[in-house]
Amino acid sequence: MADVAEAKKYLGQPVERVEDEILLMGKAQYSDHLPTRAGTQHAAILRSPHAHAKIISIDTSCAEKIPGVVAVMTGEDVKEMSEAFLIVLRQPINQWALAVEKVRYVGEPVAMVVARDRYIAEDAMAEIDVVYETLKPIIDQEEAISDDAPVVHEAVGSNVVSTRDFTYGDPDGAFAEADKVVKMKVRYPRNSQTPLEGFVVTADYHEGENLYDVASNYQGPFTSHPVMSMALRVKNSQLRMRTPQWSGGGFGVKVQIFPYVVLICLASKKTGKPVKWVEDKLEHLSAAAAAPNRLIEMEAAVKNDGTVTGFRFDQQDDYGAFLRAPMPGPLYRTHGILTGAYDIKNLAVTNRVVMTNKCPSAMVRGFGGPQMYYAIERIMQKVAIELDMDPLDVIRKNLVPVGVFPYRAAAGALIDSGDYPAAIEQAVNEGALEELKKRRDEKRAAGKKYGIGYAAIVEPAQSNMGYLSNILPLDERQRNPKGGAVANATVNVDPLGTVSVTADSIPQGQGHMTILSQIVADVLGLTPDHIKVNLDFDTAKDAWSIATGNYSSRFSSATTVACMQAAEKVKAKLARIASQTLNVPAEDLEFAEGKIRDPANPENGINFYRAAGAAHWTPGNLPDEMEPCVRETGSWSPPELESPNDKDQINTSLTYGFVFDFCGVEIDEDTGEVKIDKYVTMHDSGTILNPLIAEGQVHGAFAWAVGCALYEEFVYGDDGSFLTGTFADYLVPTSWEVPEPQIVHMESPSMVTPLGAKGIAEGNCMSTPVCLANAVADALDVEDITLPMTPTRISAMIHGEEKPPANNKPAAVTPVKGEGNVLRGTGETFVPAAPQEVWNTLLDPEALAAVIPGCHKLDLVGENSYEADVSLGVGPVRGRFKANVGLSEMVEPEKATLSGGLIGPLGASQGSGHVSLSAADRGTTVTYDYAIELTGTVASVGGRLLEGAAKALVNQFFQRLGAQVGGGPVSEGTSWWRNLLRSLGLAK
Amino acid sequence: MPQLNKDARHSVTLTLNGDEVTGYAEPRMLLSDFLTHEIGITSCHVGCEHGVCGACTVLVDGTVMRGCLTLAVQAEGSTVETAENLASDEGELSELQQAFKKHHGLQCGYCTPGILMSLTAYLKENPKPTEEELRDMLSGHLCRCTGYVGMVKAVLDYCENRTD
Repeated sequence: MADVAEAKKYLGQPVERVEDEILLMGKAQYSDHLPTRAGTQHAAILRSPHAHAKIISIDTSCAEKIPGVVAVMTGEDVKEMSEAFLIVLRQPINQWALAVEKVRYVGEPVAMVVARDRYIAEDAMAEIDVVYETLKPIIDQEEAISDDAPVVHEAVGSNVVSTRDFTYGDPDGAFAEADKVVKMKVRYPRNSQTPLEGFVVTADYHEGENLYDVASNYQGPFTSHPVMSMALRVKNSQLRMRTPQWSGGGFGVKVQIFPYVVLICLASKKTGKPVKWVEDKLEHLSAAAAAPNRLIEMEAAVKNDGTVTGFRFDQQDDYGAFLRAPMPGPLYRTHGILTGAYDIKNLAVTNRVVMTNKCPSAMVRGFGGPQMYYAIERIMQKVAIELDMDPLDVIRKNLVPVGVFPYRAAAGALIDSGDYPAAIEQAVNEGALEELKKRRDEKRAAGKKYGIGYAAIVEPAQSNMGYLSNILPLDERQRNPKGGAVANATVNVDPLGTVSVTADSIPQGQGHMTILSQIVADVLGLTPDHIKVNLDFDTAKDAWSIATGNYSSRFSSATTVACMQAAEKVKAKLARIASQTLNVPAEDLEFAEGKIRDPANPENGINFYRAAGAAHWTPGNLPDEMEPCVRETGSWSPPELESPNDKDQINTSLTYGFVFDFCGVEIDEDTGEVKIDKYVTMHDSGTILNPLIAEGQVHGAFAWAVGCALYEEFVYGDDGSFLTGTFADYLVPTSWEVPEPQIVHMESPSMVTPLGAKGIAEGNCMSTPVCLANAVADALDVEDITLPMTPTRISAMIHGEEKPPANNKPAAVTPVKGEGNVLRGTGETFVPAAPQEVWNTLLDPEALAAVIPGCHKLDLVGENSYEADVSLGVGPVRGRFKANVGLSEMVEPEKATLSGGLIGPLGASQGSGHVSLSAADRGTTVTYDYAIELTGTVASVGGRLLEGAAKALVNQFFQRLGAQVGGGPVSEGTSWWRNLLRSLGLAK
Repeated sequence: MPQLNKDARHSVTLTLNGDEVTGYAEPRMLLSDFLTHEIGITSCHVGCEHGVCGACTVLVDGTVMRGCLTLAVQAEGSTVETAENLASDEGELSELQQAFKKHHGLQCGYCTPGILMSLTAYLKENPKPTEEELRDMLSGHLCRCTGYVGMVKAVLDYCENRTD
């Protein structure tokens, strides 16, 4: 045992992170800080304001004339210079880096400006004139499958682009023999963990070599490297991808940078200059990535004692407008473990891939697990309710039993280790479940709405790269079988005995440098601070494979093993060198305290650096046939990750951890707020490599899961407008909303990975949303729960749908189409001039132009009809708009009706309103109402920012109007004119 | 208030972490862009660019400011402090920074410098906050990695045991 303890001096310990010092000093260089060569140009991307439209024309001439602009590119340029991206399915779903002929979601890249700096590029972007012919969009995934729905990709002919049925065991028999069939229909929303740092790409095309040199915060998987090189029409080796040491969070999202890598490469080739692009948050939220929303109709075959004998899943994933590799991964990467933590032999599955006019779906932490477990654990609760059993007893009844590992699940997962019943008992005891039940009783007795939820899940980690093969029929996938998952790491010892490590894990903040230094220090008998780990990455120099990257928690089970193997090779080599001088067989030598020595006689040893130095300084003296220098690479792929078999079974991941959560929530009956009173999360993630880092991963996954359960959702209007384009609208939990969960650990080492470690970073993304949903269902005694469980939704469940406030009702405003983000308002203000003066000003184009904030030009184009060119800014959105406004029902100088619309690169609006003027003491009282529908980018700036901007604009307008007509200052007014005025203003 | 030509680049001189620095900025250039791309520091991280996430937080004349909601020309003549200034001249982490390291208060580190700057100002006003007060203050920042647990523990530990 002493030997083992010595061998694992650092691994398993809560070693503080080697990453932290430079990060805390603010001196880490993230992608935006990487050096660029002189003459680097900057790109800005014009995006579609429409969910579905034909591009009739794009006029870039004005943009090109702006000093500092070097190029403007459109989809036609991109189509000429590159191929459409390769996709998993054999379907004519062609996507280029810029939209070609049609736009299919709000935020889709339409054109790109390359200019001396980003500010100029954005100026020029506003001058691009795109004419669209809008088409009816399809947004709702259930409507998308109907025959008369608008089709996103005409060449496919349907929005359902893939349907696959799977059967395992005898589901029909199980359902025929069931005492009860429990059915449920659930939905999981669109969301994303939205890293704080957005995408950054710098591309430099080297003409003489036909080589693209790219620095970006791409996180892999490098399966998409060939997708990029093929799009660029070059060999893999002609696309050099470099990633920096530091990244501002990834969460899976940063694989989706790849279309932009291609776009910026093309920009560099076209301009002959290096080009850099930095994504902003509005671009990120609207167009970067979203976990697919999923609709699941599910059935469980149940015996009266609570035994579940079969599951039927009908899963329909909404992938948005395009399938970007590796989509439709979320439907398939958890396929082998579709029976979750349960011993269920009979399973029927239908998987459908559906397209809609929304942002293309993507890899996001959890990758299909949150959706799948939401269905499984909701129905397990319903089974308990229908049988009048305790939900935890139903979970216990169906768990994969103890002592059967490795256990082959129905759909093919080979669950490596665990003891689920013991883990649950430990969590119940350490988490004091009985006390929580008492607390629920007390709360309920006091009239409170309090509930308890449970969730038991299996956390898959390290994806089998063959998992997507299962979407293809057997004969097709047998022609080109895929499986496995390679990891690479290299350990280098230089002439002075300093150790450095590189690896292909592309970390996004998890602490990989620390853990690799722990591993190598243990193997070589050094201290972690002696090991310099460099995880910046370069496809031209580093060992890599298609599985390279940071996703599916592959680090702890895979990269660590490759690194250990490399370190073991170094150890073996240095032991042979030392053996020559120590006269002890190499295999008997120990590495400890910076020495290589005879454990029986520790005095007989040499310093580590001496042995390493010999391989550099005196290679002639090395043992026979030994190569000089000390640089060893470990490459590892587990044999358990095979291609799917002829029964469609596949071991989709290498390791399977166990997570069991329970929680208590209290619901504020007045506000509908869900308060997490207590949360316990049990993890069996195999061997823990660094407890400090492991707990940090649990806390991070938990926090995002709280967001998914309670706040986070990408919301679209029926017209496809994207309504959550800022962090004021896409709400992210802060320190105030995330409680500290109680973490309980048990360790059942995995037998399929040498270090015994499984994944731990995604479990709570899968268990926590459904655990909280189950608790809310328990508190409210309801079945139909929709995530996120916002106060509005919870209140509606308690009190019924809320009616709009009476005073905010637009009185007689002509109804707008009312499908996007609709701003309505009424108000009253005072202008210190007579009604006739105000009237005259409002009807005089020149005077009005001077009054409207941001108005560049205002022309009378017909009787009482105006065209204007206006700059407008709301929150992060600023742009130029063309407006058309007409006045009607005019009664001089008393009232008028305005209607019209505006359009610009950032969106469009249609609206109408009424103004009336009445004489008041020394001035005019102006009353108004309006209703304006916003679409496009502007609509994604939600209510709070729009209203704030509205107030500011109204105030500005009245001050200027006052100055124009009366010369004096103007009273504040209750504001709110402004959108009228905006419409008027904008337009007029 | 001086009138600036919107199309011209203006000289901006400020005292950054004790040193006088000068760069050039059009009036519309954000302080965050100026510090990063004109001066060349690496701690003023741009997260949301609409004032919500707090990653670009710096101190301007001792006041907590969002770099993305401040124009560079507004900082003319000011004293600006950033996270680069927190460790000692010899490169030793401050006690607050050490506490973040000890309690795993950061992962990717993108939000961290901004949080440290807010804390620097806040803990001067309230040297021993309760956990509730601290969480309230930290809610002005977004962190997507940590769930805030480590940083809350770090600050409470630091406030309890600080010797600086």
